[in-house]
Amino acid sequence: MGCGLCEVYCTVEHSKSKDIIKAYKREYPRPFSRVRVEEVKPLSFAVQCRHCEDPPCVIACLSGAMRFDEKTGLVMHDANKCMGCWTCIMVCPYGAIIMAASGRKVVAKCDLCPDLDIPACVASCPNEALMYEEVTP
Amino acid sequence: MPKYVIVGGSVGGIGAVEAIREVDPVGTIAVISEESFPQYSRPMIADFLSGEATLEKMKYRGDLFWEKNEIQALTGKKAVSLNLVDRHVELDGGGRINFEKLLIATGGKPFVPEMEGADKDGVFTFTKFSDAERIAAKIGAAEKAVVVGGGLIGVSAAEALTKCGLEVTIVELKDRLLNRILDEAASEIIEKAIREAGVSIVTGQTVKRILGKPENDSVVGGVILTNGEEVPCNMVIIAIGVIPHTELVVGTEVKVNRGIIVDRCMRTNVPDVYACGDVAETYDFVLDESRPLPLWPIAYMGGRVAGYNMAGKKTGYPGGTSMSTLKYFDTPVISAGISNSKEGDGYEVLVNHDPESNLYKKIVLKDNVVVGMVFVNEIERTGIIFYLMKNRVNVECFKHNLLSEDFGLVSLPEQLRRRMLLGK
Repeated sequence: MGCGLCEVYCTVEHSKSKDIIKAYKREYPRPFSRVRVEEVKPLSFAVQCRHCEDPPCVIACLSGAMRFDEKTGLVMHDANKCMGCWTCIMVCPYGAIIMAASGRKVVAKCDLCPDLDIPACVASCPNEALMYEEVTP
Repeated sequence: MPKYVIVGGSVGGIGAVEAIREVDPVGTIAVISEESFPQYSRPMIADFLSGEATLEKMKYRGDLFWEKNEIQALTGKKAVSLNLVDRHVELDGGGRINFEKLLIATGGKPFVPEMEGADKDGVFTFTKFSDAERIAAKIGAAEKAVVVGGGLIGVSAAEALTKCGLEVTIVELKDRLLNRILDEAASEIIEKAIREAGVSIVTGQTVKRILGKPENDSVVGGVILTNGEEVPCNMVIIAIGVIPHTELVVGTEVKVNRGIIVDRCMRTNVPDVYACGDVAETYDFVLDESRPLPLWPIAYMGGRVAGYNMAGKKTGYPGGTSMSTLKYFDTPVISAGISNSKEGDGYEVLVNHDPESNLYKKIVLKDNVVVGMVFVNEIERTGIIFYLMKNRVNVECFKHNLLSEDFGLVSLPEQLRRRMLLGK
């Protein structure tokens, strides 16, 4: 339904305070969402990193910051190793990698909320449009 | 005798090691590498020079990469000749390594044209960590630098030197910077940003002669351009381009055009001998031909494909194309495929140019298939366009949306979007 709550809760989960008021009003650098809602009414949906099995971003990464974790099957990004070259952005078919809005010249993307059992976007989706399941390829 | 011998320890060799180890956990692998550093990201040498990246940050793979993959790492060694009859590689200093399967991943080498004075102290190329280190060691005493060549390497060097406080002049032979990957409008935007950072740009010229200092002729004191003008400087960076480093196979049966010729499995014409990366000519899916594409992701991809095939897992190289991103001078740029063609010759060009906000987006189509793109400053959805290009998707029914501000997966036809997102 395009409510955008996934973006709000993603932002909060990736803030320092993890408090919605502080995250939106008081934190600097500004926390930002890794998920985005695309909409052309009546259609709307949320786009985030798909954690591809053969991830083009990992293949293309110039610095080694983007890695495929064999154990978890997740694509993980280490912002401390990122050189901000934007190569991963060029090759992500979903446009799911963004330039960090925090002022640092690095990219950012969905990390599936490592501190939570269920990612914030899924947990907060009021219409159960977002689901979190493990899929065996 | 090692089962696999890889000549070259940079990204092509690393990709091959990773692929081989996925398929064959035990086969012995020897890697011959001229550099003795850990695996580092060559595209980051400009960040090292400017002080933004430490060697630790530059490590492309974790420490002990060779050890963890049980590699016999012959680092600091150079492969000097190749014997395809006895199947061995000779090292400088006399060692000899036999192989069952060989990968040539020797990379590219900077092209340095005949230039009087190029042997003077203070003249550098800029492709390796050791280049950045040597430049860093001289930078304290330098005030002015001339960068010869306005391509990717030249622009990255110019930014790093500027950040180090040097007065930099870029000298480019063609009429504009980055002319191989950008069109006029995009070049103009980045040239403006470069000039605003205090860098001088001289186009239509190159360096004819490098001068010595009046008191010491063996040390750089300036350059003379082709028009006769003299530009004083203490440092010259030659960044004209890289050419395939094919010396090892010269005089052998291995076929070389501009680079080593390989098939889609990265095999050369000689059985069990493979090549990848900047030394090879690889398949360009836009041009439908093979050519040198000296780009980091392409070398990694080629290395992986070579590794799989060497280890017996038949794998085809999906193809790459000219694909560059720039982050320098605070101007994000993405260029892929045929980026500087004009309307005509069967090309259709879509453009969205807002000079005031330095926003530029261009897509080149041929028969309704994306064959190229240039995006400046608004680049976040370019991956979707790249997907359309790579998969040769006919975009006729939605091409009017490709450059819109809110372009996204939502702009694609439902069937295509479902295929991308749900795999059906």
